[in-house]
Amino acid sequence: MSADTHHDGHGAHDAHDNAHGHGHSSEGAHGTRRDYVIGFILSVILTAIPFGLVMSGVIADTRITAGIVMVFALVQIVVHMIYFLHMNAKSEQGWTLMALIFTIIVLTICLAGSLWVMYHMNANMMPTMDAGAM
Amino acid sequence: MSEATIPPGTQAPVFYETDEHHHDAGGSTMLGFWLYLMSDCLIFAMLFAAYGVYGGSYAGGPQPHEIFELPLVALNTSMLLLSSITYGFAMLAMNDGKVRAVQGWLAITGLFGLAFLCIELYEFSTLIHEGAGPQRSAFLSSFFTLVGTHGLHVTFGIIWLVTLMVQVGRKGLIAANQRRLQCLSLFWHFLDVIWIGVFTFVYLLGVLR
Repeated sequence: MSADTHHDGHGAHDAHDNAHGHGHSSEGAHGTRRDYVIGFILSVILTAIPFGLVMSGVIADTRITAGIVMVFALVQIVVHMIYFLHMNAKSEQGWTLMALIFTIIVLTICLAGSLWVMYHMNANMMPTMDAGAM
Repeated sequence: MSEATIPPGTQAPVFYETDEHHHDAGGSTMLGFWLYLMSDCLIFAMLFAAYGVYGGSYAGGPQPHEIFELPLVALNTSMLLLSSITYGFAMLAMNDGKVRAVQGWLAITGLFGLAFLCIELYEFSTLIHEGAGPQRSAFLSSFFTLVGTHGLHVTFGIIWLVTLMVQVGRKGLIAANQRRLQCLSLFWHFLDVIWIGVFTFVYLLGVLR
């Protein structure tokens, strides 16, 4: 079992080295000039639109604007991950993606949990405090 | 299990040994650095959570739409975005083995980073002079903590960048330096990702509140 996995690992490694002509183990994926330029152009567009929307106030309903702005942020984060951080399912045999997914899960639990708990605490506590003060 | 046992004297164990040794020369550095970045991500997640909770607690003090200047934030964002692509060009020059080009692009990246920091410090000092310092309200405390932590990361990124420029100048683009440049690349682009969260959730949504 172990012999097989190590054979596989070595083969993949060799292929990587040959493809890039590097003598050392540079596991981090390399981007091409095209990748960086595409990423940059997409980022500029994805940044300019939310700023424009908020600064000009084109959409009267701020909730709709807020929703659009958040969607743009999420898309831009994904763009950065792919074009600048060169995330893919293959780098480090998938461990970087695994670590990222784990982090996102922990992050979601913490953020959603904190906001949810504290919002309800505020909502439940504030009226009684105000009533007491008055 | 017994099938996998390799009889002594065959080629396989030797092959395994050399492979292992080869991998040790920084092979796990990128993954390790990525794990560090993920833990850093959790720090920022907690600061974002704190801001999310306290972002509406003005304590009768200034509100986001009164103190945030979006044109300044837009300028700041463009500085960081430009520094991202110039760092990308430094990495491309590194792949081509051009020492001078790497140093040049790193210098430009550092200048953009420095411009970002200066604008941020200017913003902070303006806020503090207006009486909107971190001690004014829970909203401002969490704002300064979150944005300040990001600024601190950029500061250390610039120090690291200058260090690497010197190292590349002295030793050239050796394997170790290439690895360090790749780590800094991850760090720098990661800071840009965090900034997306900051300008969206703190500034844009703050103004909309």
